Amino acid sequence: MTRNHKLIAQALAVLVAIVVVALAPGYLDLFTVMQLTLFASMAVLSLSLAFIWGFGGILSFGQSAFFGLGGYAYAVAVGNFGDSTPAIVLAILVPALFAGALGYFVFYGRISDVYLGVITLTVTLILFNVVNSTAGNEYTIGSVRLGGFNGIPAIQTFNMPFDPSDILYPEHAWWVTGGLLIVVYLGLRLLIGSTFGRIAIAVRENETRAALLGYDPRLVKLGVFVIGGAIAGLAGALYVNWGAFVGPTIFSLSLSAEIIIWITVGSLGTLVGPILGCVLIQYLVSQIGTQQTFNSNLVLGVILVGFVLLLPKGIVLSIQQAFEHLAYWWGQRKSTLPSSSLDVPAMEGEKG
Amino acid sequence: MSELVPLLQTKNLTMRFGGVVANDDVNFTLGEMELRCLIGPNGAGKSTFFKMLTGQLTPTSGSVTFRTHSIAGHASHEIARLGIGIKTQVPNVFNEISVREHIWLAARRAHATGPRIREAVDEVLERARLTGIADAIVGQLSHGQRQWVEIGTVLAADPELILLDEPAAGMTDDETGRTAEIIREINRTKALIVVEHDMEFIKMIAKKVTIFHQGRILMEDDCAAVLADERVRDIYLGKKVAA
Repeated sequence: MTRNHKLIAQALAVLVAIVVVALAPGYLDLFTVMQLTLFASMAVLSLSLAFIWGFGGILSFGQSAFFGLGGYAYAVAVGNFGDSTPAIVLAILVPALFAGALGYFVFYGRISDVYLGVITLTVTLILFNVVNSTAGNEYTIGSVRLGGFNGIPAIQTFNMPFDPSDILYPEHAWWVTGGLLIVVYLGLRLLIGSTFGRIAIAVRENETRAALLGYDPRLVKLGVFVIGGAIAGLAGALYVNWGAFVGPTIFSLSLSAEIIIWITVGSLGTLVGPILGCVLIQYLVSQIGTQQTFNSNLVLGVILVGFVLLLPKGIVLSIQQAFEHLAYWWGQRKSTLPSSSLDVPAMEGEKG
Repeated sequence: MSELVPLLQTKNLTMRFGGVVANDDVNFTLGEMELRCLIGPNGAGKSTFFKMLTGQLTPTSGSVTFRTHSIAGHASHEIARLGIGIKTQVPNVFNEISVREHIWLAARRAHATGPRIREAVDEVLERARLTGIADAIVGQLSHGQRQWVEIGTVLAADPELILLDEPAAGMTDDETGRTAEIIREINRTKALIVVEHDMEFIKMIAKKVTIFHQGRILMEDDCAAVLADERVRDIYLGKKVAA
């Protein structure tokens, strides 16, 4: 596929997505629309890790830390302000600042990839324990009680910007969530094509070479990490808006691990893949929830092992590769001219 | 620029790894526009020396001065921005990225505007004979081609001083000749330090040669004098030149 074909295909996919988001409430029942709203908010979370892992080469085992911080920031802010507009902004800013502080120590301290995974995982556990022990009236921010393990119930959901009297209906919340998913996707697409994105990919590929060309790998990775944190925070606000509730289990390791499974299934190094993987797995988990024979964690584990062993590139890249092989085979059949070895579409050395 | 300030100067540069002394008291001076060859047996400390010049290692003691900047122990990206480019011994490239993107990443630092960057990219691709494989993914190329990609990337950044660590390794005779040609061409406007083992290659390009031995500079003279030196024959060249 040439560059232009790819661009047209992507533009078409976005157009289809916009139409689906716009029309879904008219054709689907309310329960399904709510379900899709949940999936879309999780897909935003999936995109946040897809970006920092797939394009920045940073594997964070604690993406749910930023997700949870975003959720709590939204809950506390909307409870105090009574308006969701500044609360959404804070849900993005607070995790971004936290990612900036954490990332500063990790990247400028030249901590290696493995320890980065351990540290992000540990931070998630610490946040869980801290928030979990905030039961009691003394843990109140403004007028909002953090509530310890019980969390914060009955959180005010999104309203029209700067108009708290006009609370959004579930259909509107779907449009906001689905719309933001598309906006985040497009934003990341543009970012990856921008100078910063191209440098980030170079740093992912070879930090030493990037530094020897005059790029500061620490700063680039910090930038990627903060953007990932901000997007995860937005996803947290969208999630809380869906359920009107937030509790400390939002900082869970199982969620952090699940995001990694979404991306592995969908295809690391793409943006569509992680969205697809997220929705597929979430749908599957919700279906498993309707029966008693299989435990959902068991099924998730089997899926992860199966993909790593049999389809390590994930769904999207495997399909893409199959098409390229098919096109190559077709081209070979049509012309007997020997083609340069560079035209072989084998993607050896793909990042796993 | 004052005549008295050398382009690069190291004073008492020493690097120890625990008990191993990789570089010991190296005093090295390189003038503007100079082409210097660095030779010495394996383990003589040539690559360690390059790593200290580019910020990949912080010297145990001693100083490195690039024009008027003291650069010992500075971060690699800061030194790169001052104008030192390096092709490392093992090709350091971006495996998943195309050849053109490599050149672009280097060229955009050196040139201000978009059209000028694109021009520079095409120019370097042509010069390093990479135009035919400009859109190939570097991870799929042969060792020799990857060497060229890295040399092209270094050239595109337009540095004042270029360090080449074994640029001809893994190249065919034809490519080696082409590399020597390019090095002489670069030397018309830039200074270079070249590490090589291939004596035929050294003869093609060398003016002045510095010999490293056991982490120290053994001698420094022009090519013919070095090749004729008894000690140099003993430690390094003996078998090869005698044969």
